[in-house]
Amino acid sequence: MATVKIPPVLRPSVGGAKEIEVEGANVGEVLRGVAERHPSTQSQLFQESGELNRYVNVYVNDEDVRVLDGLETAIGPSDTVVILPAMAGGAR
Amino acid sequence: MPTGAEIIQQIKQRIREVDPSEVHKLASNGQADDVVLIDVREQHEFEESHIPGAIHVPRGHLESRVEGAAPDKSKRVIVYCQSGNRSALAANTMQELLGYENVESMTGGITLWKDRGYEVEVPRSLTAEQRSRYSRHLLIPEIGLEGQLKLLDAKVLLLGAGGLGSPVALYLAAAGVGTLGIVDDDEVDLSNLQRQVAHTNDRIGMPKVDSAEEAIRGINPDVNVVKYKTRLSADNIMEVIEGYDVIVDGADNFPTRYLLNDASVRLGIPVVSASILGFDGQLSVFIPYEGPCYRCLYPTPPPAELAPSCGANGVLGVLPGTMGLLQATEVIKLITGAGDVLSGRLLLYDALAATFTELKVRRDPECPICSRDPSEISDEEMGVFPDYEAFCAAAG
Repeated sequence: MATVKIPPVLRPSVGGAKEIEVEGANVGEVLRGVAERHPSTQSQLFQESGELNRYVNVYVNDEDVRVLDGLETAIGPSDTVVILPAMAGGAR
Repeated sequence: MPTGAEIIQQIKQRIREVDPSEVHKLASNGQADDVVLIDVREQHEFEESHIPGAIHVPRGHLESRVEGAAPDKSKRVIVYCQSGNRSALAANTMQELLGYENVESMTGGITLWKDRGYEVEVPRSLTAEQRSRYSRHLLIPEIGLEGQLKLLDAKVLLLGAGGLGSPVALYLAAAGVGTLGIVDDDEVDLSNLQRQVAHTNDRIGMPKVDSAEEAIRGINPDVNVVKYKTRLSADNIMEVIEGYDVIVDGADNFPTRYLLNDASVRLGIPVVSASILGFDGQLSVFIPYEGPCYRCLYPTPPPAELAPSCGANGVLGVLPGTMGLLQATEVIKLITGAGDVLSGRLLLYDALAATFTELKVRRDPECPICSRDPSEISDEEMGVFPDYEAFCAAAG
């Protein structure tokens, strides 16, 4: 069971939760688990091909999965998966 | 009983002396590292002028401090003073009492050095008013006089005089950053005042660049404010940002963030970047070619429906204060060289939970911008990203 941290823009899609516990042996399984439980996150996380959307950064603990094994990155029970989209707010 | 002058003459017989021409030759031959040059005069004499590269150890503190300045007692040490007498006494002490094996006194001191036409360094100092204004900086060694002079010489560009730009402008002005450039094409609105603390009730309707300038002048009249009442575009960005030492990014939209990234990579200018939404903030520092750039972190922006702005979704009023002051802190560290800058790291702040999370940011070897030489990046591709046209159309 990994802890998945949900960014503010996705919280409405998961009933407002900041983090959820999801089963899965790797990042792909965990994120697909999120999308199964909360279907409106599917198109926000994944492309139709099943790849992660390029604008979604995913970290296992503090490391970007792009420098690990991507969706294949193994997940242990005490790991935290951080979903992080870019934010632009500032000036106005 | 011998006179003082006779004592000095006797001591000069016991120590070795070196002519200024030889000291000058060492420096101009690039051998300055082979020798430690020590100025043993008083503080005010050293501040007036000294030989470039000299370490200051006043003779009154010689025994207690010289080993810190010249720890290797077998290394060649040359001491000098105003005319060559105090340095002879210092050389004698170092040789006879402190065990320095290779110490010499420069004949004629800095007076003869100057008479020969050799270069001296005239250190800058602060006015009495500045000493008082920046006294709390001068007291911390990480800033000190040197750091304060760097701040006074620094040119920092603020992208936006809004939520993030306001606290950054006020605190960098207070800190004595010499030049603050401000880019903003907006006017002050009542709905800004919940968080944009550089602006005031009686300046509603005034251009934000003018309002921010008034706020800055009210704090520190020394700061030179350069106003750009414009929106950055590919056509003007290179011209606006060139010459700045650090850029503070508080832009409210992705196209500007990508544009700024690409232009700053081309010009090699570090960017301190923050963004805010609701109760959440993000912060990182992008130093071109040393660390990752904005595109290494975010190769492409999210679609408009996943990229809400503060205008549409709201933001806790104090949050831009928190994030803006973290930005201002990073700016001061970049300028003074103090501490570890937040480069290669992304800091997330969750105000509701009161937690900070740090994530690693790596340079992307395939980065469309910073994996290439700056000269290869063209005007046309600056600020452009996949689906750029669709993004901007959807964003309106």
